[in-house]
Amino acid sequence: MQVVASAVERVFREEYGRLIASLVRRFGDIDIAEEAAGGALVAALEKWPESGVPPNPGGWLTITAGNRAIDRIRREKQRDAKHQAALMSYDDTPHEPTGPVEDDRLRLLFTCCHPALAPEARIALTLRLLGGLTVAEIAQAFLVPETTMAQRITRAKKKIAAAKVPYRVPEAADLPERLGGVLAVLFLVFNEGYLATGDGDPVRAELTGEAIRLTRVLRQLLPEEPEVGGLLGLLVLTEARREARVRNGQLVPLGEQDRAGWDRGLIAEGHDLVRECLAINRPGRYQILAAINAVHTDAPTASDTDWSQVVALYDQLTRLDPSPIVALNRAVAVAELDGPKVALTLVDRLPLTGYHAWHVARADMLRRLGRTAEAKESYDAAIAATQNSAERGYLSRKRGELV
Amino acid sequence: MTHYLLSVHGPAERNEFGNYGSQEAMEEAFAATGAFNDKLQAEGYWLFAGGLQPASTATVVDGQGETPVMTDGPYLETKEVIGGFWIIDAPDLDVALQLAAEGSRACRGKVEVRPFEGPAD
Repeated sequence: MQVVASAVERVFREEYGRLIASLVRRFGDIDIAEEAAGGALVAALEKWPESGVPPNPGGWLTITAGNRAIDRIRREKQRDAKHQAALMSYDDTPHEPTGPVEDDRLRLLFTCCHPALAPEARIALTLRLLGGLTVAEIAQAFLVPETTMAQRITRAKKKIAAAKVPYRVPEAADLPERLGGVLAVLFLVFNEGYLATGDGDPVRAELTGEAIRLTRVLRQLLPEEPEVGGLLGLLVLTEARREARVRNGQLVPLGEQDRAGWDRGLIAEGHDLVRECLAINRPGRYQILAAINAVHTDAPTASDTDWSQVVALYDQLTRLDPSPIVALNRAVAVAELDGPKVALTLVDRLPLTGYHAWHVARADMLRRLGRTAEAKESYDAAIAATQNSAERGYLSRKRGELV
Repeated sequence: MTHYLLSVHGPAERNEFGNYGSQEAMEEAFAATGAFNDKLQAEGYWLFAGGLQPASTATVVDGQGETPVMTDGPYLETKEVIGGFWIIDAPDLDVALQLAAEGSRACRGKVEVRPFEGPAD
């Protein structure tokens, strides 16, 4: 059987999060886990092209990497007893390759998203250790030099080891709060992919895909938590519209999208998730956002959208999260229900002059009210506040259409 | 187990009630801090703790040269200084952070958590 290196690397990437998580549990040290996993990849690249991919590649990688880690610890024990003693607790229980709850990855996710780490480090560590992205890929995704990203990740890993950030799922009492941090990281990763902040690719499908994949893992591990299902529903219902969202390098707003281009499979999955959440009846921020997206994806055409339902859901969200960003999104829905004049009054009182979406919303409302000169100014402010090429393209076109 | 320094940071300039708004507030904070210290001892986290005199009472010594050089005042002239600290022994950072939150509430100040170098075991 012929196995090419790219196939080995694909299997490795799929197995990476599981592999690292089990190694961190066994050896209590992220550096040892990463080095051992890297060694196992080298071994697989040597062996598999000749012998074929083993029946259980994850198991093979785990055993090979485990042996490498033990070799390294033995070497270091002889050389440096002190470093050996500094390792976190050593847990030699065997790896469980399959099972309904693979808690190693869940533990690692909570470690990566620990509130004692800087928010940007949480995202980077999650993508590195659980997503298996390289430092170069993460640096590219967040438009920072590779050395900067490497330092950020190294610093966070050092803190985890030195300050003893625990490698475990928080206890029930702390879970809702800590889970919120994990969900926020996954949502941020998705958003960065869906509307990239920089002037590179306007949409980064590898980031949206990775966020969905990790959220699916989280849902497998915590099926009882409705906010996890809510986030997954929100992400798949948003992802379903990704292809229809950019045309000729320009962003296409929801109302103007070709709905035939939406992914029906993802929409059906998202609607199922929203229904499951409703049945549990413990609403939360992500579940409400998912429900709003379910209303949009339920409408055969933009004019069929049930805007009163959307506004009602934003009212519910406002009670949980009275932030100006939620108020802005609510006002955009109000513009459809009660007209742009009512909505503009709501938008004008929000303290969001530095936020490009605020200028976008105002520009659209002013345009619809026929206040052309002010609309042009708002489009200019919106264009100046975003680097995303597809969004700039769309806004420039709308501004150009004003006479 | 790891040793952590929990240091309390507050304004360098103290008023007649320490850093507190009134005699009553100061007494409440002292009582709450005392209760927190008792808890640390009862639950086995306690290694050492103390409140410090104002930073203006500090002296900096540089003994690297032939004769030590003494300078009046704190090492850094800042608006915020360490007012006191605990040294605790905790199994991991989550426990240390939880205790720091309780200590912060008790003494009415911000608490920095910092691990000591080297294994505690």
